[in-house]
Formats: sequence, structure tokens, C-alpha cells
Amino acid sequence: MNAAMIDLAPALPEVFLFVAGLVLLFLGVFRERDGLSVVNPLVVLALLVAVVLTIGADKGPVLAFDGHFVFDDFAAFLKVLIYVTAALGVMMAPAYLADARMGRFEFPLLALFATLGMGMMVSANSFLALYMGLELQSLSLYVMAAFQRDSTRASEAGLKYFVLGALASGMLLYGISLVYGFTGTLSFDLLARSFLVGEGAAALPAGAVVGLVFVIAGLAFKLSAVPFHMWTPDVYEGAPTPVTAFFAAAPKVAAMGLVLRLLFQPFGDWAGQWQQVIILVSVASMILGAFAAIGQTNIKRLMAYSAIGHVGYALVGIAAGGVAGVNAVLVYMAIYVVMTLGTFACILLMRRHGRYVEGIADLAGLSRHQPGMALILGILMFSLAGIPPAAGFFGKLYVFLAAVDAGLVWLALVGVLTSVVGAYYYLRIVKIMYFDEPAEAFDTMARPELQGIAAVAAVLVAGFLLLPGPLLSSAEAAARALLP
Amino acid sequence: MILAQLVFYLLAFVTVAAAVMVIAARNPVHSVLFLILAFFNSAGLFILLGAEFIGMLLVVVYVGAVAVLFLFVVMMLDINFVQLREGFLQYLPVGALVGLILLVELALVFGSIAMEPALGGAAVSATEAGVTNTEAIGRLLYTDYFYLFQAAGIILLVAMIGAMTLTMRHRPDARRQDIGRQVRRRPGETLEVRKVPPRTGI
Repeated sequence: MNAAMIDLAPALPEVFLFVAGLVLLFLGVFRERDGLSVVNPLVVLALLVAVVLTIGADKGPVLAFDGHFVFDDFAAFLKVLIYVTAALGVMMAPAYLADARMGRFEFPLLALFATLGMGMMVSANSFLALYMGLELQSLSLYVMAAFQRDSTRASEAGLKYFVLGALASGMLLYGISLVYGFTGTLSFDLLARSFLVGEGAAALPAGAVVGLVFVIAGLAFKLSAVPFHMWTPDVYEGAPTPVTAFFAAAPKVAAMGLVLRLLFQPFGDWAGQWQQVIILVSVASMILGAFAAIGQTNIKRLMAYSAIGHVGYALVGIAAGGVAGVNAVLVYMAIYVVMTLGTFACILLMRRHGRYVEGIADLAGLSRHQPGMALILGILMFSLAGIPPAAGFFGKLYVFLAAVDAGLVWLALVGVLTSVVGAYYYLRIVKIMYFDEPAEAFDTMARPELQGIAAVAAVLVAGFLLLPGPLLSSAEAAARALLP
Repeated sequence: MILAQLVFYLLAFVTVAAAVMVIAARNPVHSVLFLILAFFNSAGLFILLGAEFIGMLLVVVYVGAVAVLFLFVVMMLDINFVQLREGFLQYLPVGALVGLILLVELALVFGSIAMEPALGGAAVSATEAGVTNTEAIGRLLYTDYFYLFQAAGIILLVAMIGAMTLTMRHRPDARRQDIGRQVRRRPGETLEVRKVPPRTGI
């Protein structure tokens, strides 16, 4: 406790986002009518400025706010990923919002505050900071899910998400209280040091293990991993499509980053205690994601099960552990958000007679009417299925290689088998687009931002093989920062 | 020390029992009453720990919150007010029980502190000597926990934005007072003097 000024430099991107949020809130309130069209681009701009600030900051690692906040290469990698995806997610929204007559300026602001929460999550260095970031993110997301308040489906989605989210927060807090009770500290640094007791030392107190399991359960909910996935399909389907697109990308990265830091820093020496839990969750997610998606007819619901499956694959990397495992998870999440954003940009372009459609059957014959969009969606589906040479294949490859190196051959095998099952429903979409009896054409819309995002995503996943260097090297640096 | 333990176990037991009754009671009004009992007992536990500020806060904040909660229960569960008033006396036994327990506990807590002055927080001191509870919390909040304090502020801001986003509607046909327009109005714009001939209307 000293009288010196609090050093804000490590948290500069977050401080900037917060101040920008407050200023834009005022701006939106005073603009009333055209609030959305003014605030939305400015929120995108603010997020991009935060990306620049993150890249330019000193990646020490440095601690701030009495050790509650940490900024290192790991946080920087995830923050760049989160802020860019959030900016793209916000960019995709306004046209749909205006069409659905819910074009209010609060939407981009809630997204901004949610993103701020995600930034706080990946920089959290104590359980309290973790919880605060998580709640800031979740609360904003609850409101976004119910944003279309005239629609019963959206309200139901918001309410479901809120009630189950509150339950998950309860489990998380219970776990945190147990860990605190048995170790006497909430700081990740102190936890890591108090557990670091060398060979043959005392085991982790049983209460702390139980607490850790509860914490993992609470975080698994945010990741939508089985058995805490029940909310995902309903919320994905019920929420307005831009909200679903936002949900599917940045929050998953933030939650994964949180799990990584929590498991590898304070509890890094106790991998034996949490590895089985992660393996169980991972296997269950992969299997459910592969089989439950087969019967779906709504493409947003399909993407929900797809997200569950992909989280399962990413968790394989955590179970494998080590720099290779963490590296694989980071690469996997980066590729996953690119694929997801591209796919949702295509879904947002599915409009017929002025109404947005979500059925998989509506895609029939897309190759005839809009060959460009069919090609893009086809590439993204191949990548989601994990078929070489698309990026999705390499994401899975790194994860499975890490698992094999860690001696978890059977886990990698389960992953490969479920990928084969999962490929069925991704390729079915390609088949419907190219070979089925054509349905009526979609409206031709001039949405350069959506078409641009979809095209760039397709180019990125198709061309990953040519230029994998930048992503791999920055993920490697991030993984080394997490595991010194 | 045996007295301190007795008081602790009494408070803890009543807290848990009241908490169980909150979810077990069929009548929502009973639930609310038991909730108040649980809060008071938790406050007593805090005072035993020497954290009198949090104890008092619990009572002040939650009794206020419970009043609001009470309104919500009555509003949302569609309880008939007339029926509620008719049967008002039937709550007397429960209410009296709650009151009696509170009275006994208050007597016990203050009586035991009077008999054994060391009990009032000296056993486990949450703060440094010479620093009051409130001061200690204030010091921590604005230094070590500054970040979390600000984060909590942002969360509340988001809660406010969310509540307004989800519930506020602009009704164009609603009649609102526009003071500017009222003041600007001149009699000439609205009043018209007409001559009404006798025995005929306008």
C-alpha cells in the first residue's frame, strides 16, 4: 500500500475501452434517432485501437493493480484475437438489427463492455479479478441475448441463458470459496507458490481439489462444454443471428484463455488432479458435438453443436498439457473463430423476400444462384470438418499430435473418430448446396462488410497452409509466456 | 469461551434452519419472513466475528432489499390483496415466532458481550488495533482492491444499461408534460371568445 499513482500502463487497452464506452454511451444517448449508425462504427474503431494498444504494450510480464491484473505474451495473443473478433462481430450486426427493427445504439455498447470483460478475464491474476471479468462479460451477453425483446424466442433464450448462467456463477463461486478456505489466498501467484513445494511434498488439500472441480464446472458452462452445454442450442437458435455470431466467437476464446491460465499457472503442478476432469469433459463434448448435430435442420442450432464439438477438441490440447498442448489450443481457437465468423457472415446473408431464413434446406441449390457464396461456405464447411488442406485440419492435427506426445493416444483416437462422424453433417451442407434440387434464390443484398468477412475468412482458412508462420510463432510465444 | 460457542451455534443453527424454511415454506410471504430471520442471524454471526460494519450493512441493505423483494413476491405471484388482508392474523404465529427468536438472540448477544467483554470481536480481530472496521474496509477498497471496485462499478453500469434496454419503451402516444410548450402557450392560441346568442348553443 503506497501513495504512488496506480500504474495503468499494463491495462491501457482496457482503460481505453472503458473510457471509450462511457463517451460513446453519452454520444448514443444524445443522438437518439441515428444512434446506432454513429455509435457502431466508433465501437469498431475503439476495439481496433485497443488491438493497436495491446500490440504496442510492454509484454513484461507485468503486474498491475496489486497483482490482480497481469499482462504478458499470453494475454496479448488472446486479447488481439478477442478484440479483432469482437470488432468483426460488431461490424456484422447493424444491417440485421435495422432490418429486425431493433437498431438501438445499446447493442454495440453492450458488445464493447462484454469485450472489456473478456479482456479482464484473460488478464485476471486472482480469483476475484477472474470473477469480476467473467460477470461483466456474462451480464452484457445476457442482455444481448434478449435484445430482440419483442420476440418470445429471443426473450426465452435470454432468460434461459441468464438462469443457467447464474447457476454456473454459483458453482464457480462455491468452488472459489472452497479453494480460498483451504489455501487462504485468492491470488494466482500466491496459489502457485503455496503449491510449489517440491518433490514428495504434501498433496493438494482435498477441499481445494473439490473446489477446483467446481471452478472447472462453472467455466465449462461458459465454454459450453458437455455436460454443461444444455443452454447452447436454444440460445444460439433463439438469439438474433448477429448476437449468436458474437457469442460463438470472442467469448469462447476468453473462456478458453481463462481456463488455460487457471489450470497452468496456479494449478500447473497439480495436472494430475484436473486432467481426468478435462479429459472427461473433452470426450463427452466431442461425442455429443458429433452425434447430436446430425439431425439438426436449423443452421444456427447446427453451429451450436459444432461449437460444442470444437470446444471438446480444444480441450484435448489442455489435457495434453505442456507448451505443445497450450500452443495447439491457442492455434485451434484462432482458426475456430475465423471459421465461425465466416460461417455466420454467410448465415446473415441468407434472406429471402426480406425475411431472414435459418433452415439448412434453404441452402439448396445455392451453387446455381450465388456460386461465390456457395464456394465460400463450402470451403468453411470443409475446414470445420477438418479436411486437409483447410486450416481446420491443421488445428486438429496440432491438438492430436500434442495428445499423442503426452501419451494420450486413445484420446486422440476418439478425436479422430468423432471428426469423421462430424464430417458427415458439414459435408451434407456442401451436398445440399451443390447437388440438391434448387430452392428459391436468396435476395441479392449489397452487404460489403458481410461479404468481405466471409471472403477473407475463406481465403484465410484455405491459404493457412501457405503462410502458417505468424500465427504459429505468436501462439508459441504466448504458450511459453504461460509456461515459463 | 463456552458462551461464545453457544451463541455461535445458536445463530448458525437458526440461520441454516431459516434458510431451509425459505425454500420449504409453501406460502411466499412466510418465505420472505424466514429470509429476514436468516439475514438477521447472519448479521449476528458477523458481529461475533468482530466485523460489525458488514453485520450492520447486512441488516440495513437486506432489510431494504427484502422490502422490495416482498413487493415483488406480492406483485409477481398475483396474490389477492383482499385475501391477504383477510388472513393477516394467520401470519401472527409465524411472525411472532420470528420476532421472539430475534429477541432472544439479541438478548443473548448483548447479554453475553456484557458478561464477557472479550467476546465482542477480540477473539478474532479482523482489523489492526485502533482501526475501525469501516476504515479498514475503506482503505482496502481504494488501494488493494481498487481494480475490483472499479470493475464492480462497470458491472453495475452494464446492469443499468441492460435494464433500460430491455424494459424502456418509447410510446409516441403517451401524454408527457412539456414544460417549455406549456410556458410558451399564449391565451390567443387556445382561447376563443365567442358571443353566444341567448337560447341557442354554439
